[in-house]
Amino acid sequence: MMAHAEVISPGLYSTIQDNGRFGFRKFGVPTSGAMDQQSANLANHLLNNPTSAAVLEMTMVGPKLIFSASSLIVITGADMSPKINEKEISLNMVVAVSKGDILSFGTLRCGLRSYLAVKGGFQTERVMNSHSFYRPVTIENVIKKGDRLPLSPFKSVQNLFASVKADKSLFDSSPLPCFKGPEFDFLESGKTIFTENFSVGNENNRMGYRLHGKPLRYPANYSMLTSAVLPGTIQLTPSGQLIALMRDCQTTGGYPRILQLTQESLDRLGQKKTSDLVSFTLIDQR
Amino acid sequence: MQHPFNLTYKSLGSSAILIEWINQIDEAILYDILSLQVKVETDLQDVLVETINAYNSLTIIYNPNQISFSELKEKIKALYEASNHENKIASKKWMIPVCYDQEFGIDLEEISKKNNFTIDEIIEAHSRPDYVVYFTGFLPGFLYLGGLPKSLYMPRRATPRVRIRQGAVAIGGAQTGIYPSESPGGWNIIGNSPLIFFDPSQSPPCFAKAGDHLQFYSINKSEYDLIAKEITSGKFIVESKAL
Repeated sequence: MMAHAEVISPGLYSTIQDNGRFGFRKFGVPTSGAMDQQSANLANHLLNNPTSAAVLEMTMVGPKLIFSASSLIVITGADMSPKINEKEISLNMVVAVSKGDILSFGTLRCGLRSYLAVKGGFQTERVMNSHSFYRPVTIENVIKKGDRLPLSPFKSVQNLFASVKADKSLFDSSPLPCFKGPEFDFLESGKTIFTENFSVGNENNRMGYRLHGKPLRYPANYSMLTSAVLPGTIQLTPSGQLIALMRDCQTTGGYPRILQLTQESLDRLGQKKTSDLVSFTLIDQR
Repeated sequence: MQHPFNLTYKSLGSSAILIEWINQIDEAILYDILSLQVKVETDLQDVLVETINAYNSLTIIYNPNQISFSELKEKIKALYEASNHENKIASKKWMIPVCYDQEFGIDLEEISKKNNFTIDEIIEAHSRPDYVVYFTGFLPGFLYLGGLPKSLYMPRRATPRVRIRQGAVAIGGAQTGIYPSESPGGWNIIGNSPLIFFDPSQSPPCFAKAGDHLQFYSINKSEYDLIAKEITSGKFIVESKAL
């Protein structure tokens, strides 16, 4: 039997992700991939995995997993009080696990999404060049109780004890740097978008975050033809509210694209949860 | 030859170029976009991540470590200017079976009342046109079609449905389309097609593409069931002809 981590409980919303599914947006297929790429990359990097290795993205409430074989693991991103056999372990550090060890999580201390990488990456199915869960491309959209997440064959348990100090700026509340979107100039009262705070609405998921604030004026008689949107595109809806499109977002949309987040800002927004405040700052460009 | 369109080039973040044509839905624009898309994908593949075509735009996602925005913009401009704009793209016309029985067409009766047509007239009007596939977007395998007769325009439902079944054929405003997978949606459902519009195990995952044409034809429930069975066993071939 292949070495695996078996799901005892799945947590709130846990998915297998990698660095994304590229080349299929013109067929309407989202890019997907880890919401916080920096944290996922860091976990893989500490284990010397390729950047495309599959990790487990865990949201707010972590899962409980039992390992059927030895491996090395790293947990990065949100601090959800990870434990091995009930004993707390550090984030951003390589930890050796043995057959029968149970990984569980406790209180969420900061951020929203935590990443579990295993040595060699999870060996789950690769569909259309990516391991990232997204229905209908993959059969599953989340892990569930009883799933066995295949691990790479792993011989020695020698731990290199690689670790790194976490980059706390990932979780801070400083403004999110962004570029002007193609329809920025249609935004009446344009500059107020950079002086206001917006709060993350409870409609926030891997597809998009609704951001609530003082309504911005939607241009009168404005209509645009449906055009490409990307993860990190911030749209203005006719009600004057903003929607930030996230990694699983649709490929095209018909609302004005007001701002475009940088990749780093997109990672940071992916660590925000309902009611967190966000603001934007403009990057000068060309 | 003179270039028929003035294109604008804008950046979309730090690794994408948005190229825009005039704000119109027009087959001449469609084929101009598709022909530039092919050229970009062939000639600039080393720096490309992917491209996304829509009604009046082509978005090019590139690797910023390999090329700058302004360099890439110049290269694309040169490709566009070197083009003869004959815009020949190999395309097909697909025949799409749809069962318009009221078991599937749950909003047919309402459209019939509102637009003052019999259900048979709606089916006839919907299956007569030669629709143009403008692009694929929104959901995997969702085709944006042009050519819905004005008589069938129907506003989206005030409250979207939570679940629309795979294959649902629907009308939303001035558009008609097919839901390629189960999803929420606010369009008015008039029938269902047994065809698979998105199959992740196939390459490419969608049989129809931008620039193709399609026409619907009415089938009854037993024909629907038969086609569905043939699709499951891999025997069904979607009828098509080269354009």
